[in-house]
Amino acid sequence: MYETLILVLDSTVRLSTPLLFACLAGLYSERSGVVDIGLEGKMLGGAFAAGAAAYVSGSPWIGLAAAILVSCLLALIHGYASITQRGNQVVAGVAINFLAAGLTILLGQAWFGQGGRTPQLDKASRFSEVTLPFADSIQDVPYIGLLYSELISGHNALVYISFLAVPLTWWIIFRTRFGLRLRAVGESPAAVDTAGISVGWLRYRAVLICGILCGFSGTYLAIGQSAGFIKDMSAGKGFIALAALIFAKWKPVNAMYACLLFGFLDAVAIRMQGQEIPGIGEVPVQIFQALPYILTVVLLAGFVGRAIPPKASGIPYVKERT
Amino acid sequence: MKKTKAIICTAVLSTVMAGAALADSIKPGIVYDFGGRNDRSFNEAAYRGAEQFKARTGVKFRDFEIQNPSQREQALRNFARRGLNPIITVGFAQAGALEKVAKEFPDTQFTIIDTVVDLPNVRSVVFKEQDGSYLVGMLAEMASKTGKVGFVGGMDVPLIRKFACGYKQGVKAANPDAEVFMNMTGTTGAAWTDPVKGGELALSQFARGADVVYHAAGGTGIGVLQAAADQGKLGIGVDSNQNHLHPGHILTSMVKGVDAAVDKTMTDAMNGAWTPGVLVLGLEGDGVYWALDEFNKDLITPEMKAAVDQARADIISGKIKVHDYMTDNSCPL
Repeated sequence: MYETLILVLDSTVRLSTPLLFACLAGLYSERSGVVDIGLEGKMLGGAFAAGAAAYVSGSPWIGLAAAILVSCLLALIHGYASITQRGNQVVAGVAINFLAAGLTILLGQAWFGQGGRTPQLDKASRFSEVTLPFADSIQDVPYIGLLYSELISGHNALVYISFLAVPLTWWIIFRTRFGLRLRAVGESPAAVDTAGISVGWLRYRAVLICGILCGFSGTYLAIGQSAGFIKDMSAGKGFIALAALIFAKWKPVNAMYACLLFGFLDAVAIRMQGQEIPGIGEVPVQIFQALPYILTVVLLAGFVGRAIPPKASGIPYVKERT
Repeated sequence: MKKTKAIICTAVLSTVMAGAALADSIKPGIVYDFGGRNDRSFNEAAYRGAEQFKARTGVKFRDFEIQNPSQREQALRNFARRGLNPIITVGFAQAGALEKVAKEFPDTQFTIIDTVVDLPNVRSVVFKEQDGSYLVGMLAEMASKTGKVGFVGGMDVPLIRKFACGYKQGVKAANPDAEVFMNMTGTTGAAWTDPVKGGELALSQFARGADVVYHAAGGTGIGVLQAAADQGKLGIGVDSNQNHLHPGHILTSMVKGVDAAVDKTMTDAMNGAWTPGVLVLGLEGDGVYWALDEFNKDLITPEMKAAVDQARADIISGKIKVHDYMTDNSCPL
């Protein structure tokens, strides 16, 4: 029983990581007042770039760099449309999603001729599992050994980076001058402007950070969790991350819990499939597959209370002129 | 006046097209199912068959990958309207669309793979997947050290249950006490293209003690085999020979002769020997078989090979009867 729990939690960590990156990415963007529906598209673009670059170069780190670059470019398109041109942010985000979904398949087919996927990667060009010190030696210690060797050790580097990004984000948002201004620009851009700080530049920086984090998320999907890019591999994770962000009321630590919860539900669904539950018998697969969505709706509707977004979220800033 | 002209034009055109179809240069078309041409499995086998035909005869073919279910009918109709012949549809899910379109174009020769469509201008090619799965099930159990083996299916449909049921029977034949874990990836078309989930399912089976896992999940299976290789366990490929994907970590592959079926259909059409009806391909004549090549020869011991060869002969002779899930939608085990 204890072992099962640890293995489910282990799977939870693996499944939460892409959500967590994307969720934090959305947090920066939305805290600055730019609504980002395009998380999905940036993840997908990043995943494709990571898969392609890692295959060509043979290095996962070059794959990561390429993913960040592509994701940031997509973020800048979003930024240009919604900050400089003051366009509708939701429409711009949707456009990013379409752009990424179409372009990745088109370029993938043109470059590799494998129906939009990138060639399968060998071990050296993927992020492989990191075994933390002493993981093997304390493996046999009851309880703690398993906890440490299975749950904490043995993930790839990106998983650890994603969880380190949580306190870092908290510190940036709530303890630095940049974070204060970021929050202010999402609540009251006019006040920030009056103080002589550029609203546009602040928002551009937020959107770029969002791009970087989405690049990490895509990289994890393509060359951490899998061994290559497959068309539409983000499979709605960007939208789930967005739901997690609302669920978490735009706070970094809550975001981590929300992503872990969604990952946990997913892991349970996978794990419990076709298993007998004591007292009930075998439950149809469909129930477990629907469970994450049902719980999401229930939790969002009843338990978290009102989620209030940053006040200026979604509103382009127009400088007052007299 | 204008109208009659148009009718004459159409009539002339259609005779020209019919004439072209009769000549030896045929224009074959293939419509793939979800997963796409390069799924390294089922659809790719069809593609390979067409490529073989092209290499041998120099006749080019057209193909189409559907992105959503509504495209099936469009693609078929489009191909038929352009005078492509024969048209091969890959996958059981195309049956509904084919039934409609085949009636609209009674002179076009259609072929469907994996299910039966009973129309005078359709050839249906089906395989005895249960027999092939039975053999790889025996191999899986004999290779397993824990006595526990796994199965990961793609979309939860009777065809995939047929694979699972045959596999289970084979496992139990090798060892009645063996445990088989069964998982399906999902209930929609996306279940064929989700390697991350496939990998997670495989990992959960490994965690429960399985050390050999068989997939019948198209593109999702790539994740299953990847997980097996990463964990130092064994995977079993499906439809195409997948032994080369992770040498030393793929026990064998349950190969379906989709490529041979596609090649044969095109060749028949070219020689005017194409006939409608149902074509059942089994172990006999290698319509389905388990793959043994340089990538997995070290994993298969002589005893395993002898036992499986014996079972194969017994199935062909009728001594062993493998239950077909699709006859009564249930599995005896």
